[in-house]
Amino acid sequence: MATAHTKTLSRIMNLPSIILLFIWMIVPLGMTIYYSFQRYNLLTPQRRGFNGWFNYEFFITDPAFFEAIGNTLLLVSGVLAITIIGGVLLGILLNQAIVGRGIVRILFISPFFIMPTVSALIWKNMLMNPIYGIFAHIAEFFGADPVDFFAVIPLLSIIIIVAWQWLPFATLILLTAMQSLDQEQQEAADMDGASTLAKFYYITLPHLARAITVVILIETIFLLSIFAEILVTTNGGPGTASTNLTYMVYNRALLQYDIGGASAGGIIAVILANIVAIFLIRAVGKNLEA
Amino acid sequence: MGNIVLEKVHKCFGDVEVIPSVDLDIKDGEFVVFVGPSGCGKSTLLRLIAGLEDLTGGKIIIDGVDVSDSTPAKRELAMVFQSYALYPHMTVRKNIAFPLKMAGMPQDEIDKKVMAAAESLNLTDYLERTPGLLSGGQRQRVAIGRAIVRSPSAFLFDEPLSNLDAALRVNMRIEITDLHKELKTTMIYVTHDQVEAMTMADRIVVLQAGDVEQFGTPLDLYNKPVNRFVAGFIGSPKMNFVKGKDADEFDAHEIGFRPEHMSVSTTKGRWKGVVSVAEHLGADTFLHVKTDEVGTLVTRSDGEINVNYGDTVYVSPNTDKIYRFGADGLAL
Repeated sequence: MATAHTKTLSRIMNLPSIILLFIWMIVPLGMTIYYSFQRYNLLTPQRRGFNGWFNYEFFITDPAFFEAIGNTLLLVSGVLAITIIGGVLLGILLNQAIVGRGIVRILFISPFFIMPTVSALIWKNMLMNPIYGIFAHIAEFFGADPVDFFAVIPLLSIIIIVAWQWLPFATLILLTAMQSLDQEQQEAADMDGASTLAKFYYITLPHLARAITVVILIETIFLLSIFAEILVTTNGGPGTASTNLTYMVYNRALLQYDIGGASAGGIIAVILANIVAIFLIRAVGKNLEA
Repeated sequence: MGNIVLEKVHKCFGDVEVIPSVDLDIKDGEFVVFVGPSGCGKSTLLRLIAGLEDLTGGKIIIDGVDVSDSTPAKRELAMVFQSYALYPHMTVRKNIAFPLKMAGMPQDEIDKKVMAAAESLNLTDYLERTPGLLSGGQRQRVAIGRAIVRSPSAFLFDEPLSNLDAALRVNMRIEITDLHKELKTTMIYVTHDQVEAMTMADRIVVLQAGDVEQFGTPLDLYNKPVNRFVAGFIGSPKMNFVKGKDADEFDAHEIGFRPEHMSVSTTKGRWKGVVSVAEHLGADTFLHVKTDEVGTLVTRSDGEINVNYGDTVYVSPNTDKIYRFGADGLAL
């Protein structure tokens, strides 16, 4: 954009898409904010009216609220930890020259293509079922009692399922980053007497910092709103043991028909996501600067 | 100490033989340059000495110890790479300190050595910067700094100046030569630039297709090339070669004469020709003369000569500076 003229022109040309995106964002947000201050339950639609901060108060004082926030953060951090540590290790493995590397890589990526509902159902019915699941069979083979995953460790089970889905994504991004690592740098480190572990710590890991940041940011966005896996496996239970904020909002809106309360919950979720985003950008965002 | 001996060093990549068999004896404190056209195996030879490639056969002996199967770090050599291979996320200080840290040296000693190296290379003002913020020449110095801190028994340079501009290259050439005089450590330097080779080396190894063609001092190579390849490779512009009855006259299969050993005249001379290119460099003038009898000859005369494109000139070689070659390419 060399001249003032082209600058103005480009701004005008950009305008339609910017306006469209803005409307796309602001209308649902505005409506949610509006409803969050309304008394509006679909079971008693005639009793509508301004409700003040009551919906917020009601949502926050719900005993499940803080548990849901805790579950949301546990779910996000648990999956992040598994996918990043696992992704780095798998990336190193896949970066080796092995026979059929191309096929192995595609196999690794494939879980990412399976839709969340399907993979959660497969995990629920084929792997983790306490009676005919594969894990139950394995446990019985060794003479142990099968674990009823979704009853005993519901949140951890969901973390495992989601981590399985996101591991390929992390692996792919980290593998690509590893491939761009300069060969001569590693050779220089060899000459400097660095061991394999030292090379990993001082050369590979810093090189991966940016890719890890990208993985953390992108995964966090999606993991804050995990829903399908919970719906098809535990339904947020037992009790509220695996209810996250998204599921709680769903529960309020579509099981209790409380549009006002659900809207308030939605706004709280948006605020929470922004708080997480600010912390994340502070913590890891500097890695993205060139 | 840095006496490096190669015995029948042999290297294949799969089925491709890159280095058939090389024997070399590099003395302690010598500055040796490997020079040759691209793909001649000079970098591979350097990497074999460094331990970055495994030998297919033969032995590498450093200071009397067979290091053929040792890891790069055990050989106590330091290498400066073509891309410098600095660690981009570390400051200059940490880059230089890295080999010492890996060797487990105490921190106060590391600091002392890094400061000493930085002072000798004029890097003290840049110690806290990362390599991305340095110029090409400064990066080069950091790479050298990282090499000198651990006092290796020999330095290996892999085309270190090829990423620098012409003026900086001349400067760094002098700096590296000074460094060698100061440290008196063995240096092995790979380049395809024969000017670098001629100006820096104590002795030059001329390589072609993985074979050592000649190993000698720069002036030896210039004055007494052992074969046609070395004669053609060393010297700029290249030596002229003539076959046929002109060569028979000197009792040789082929004769060669350098551009600087020729005379150009507008009136008389051995071969008549037309100037196809005239390069006036100021101090020198290179003429490419197209003759009917022996093809295009390149001559070098002083800058004042008033000959231009399209002129007809007579050129003749200086008969006492003629190199004679047999049918096998060897010098007679």
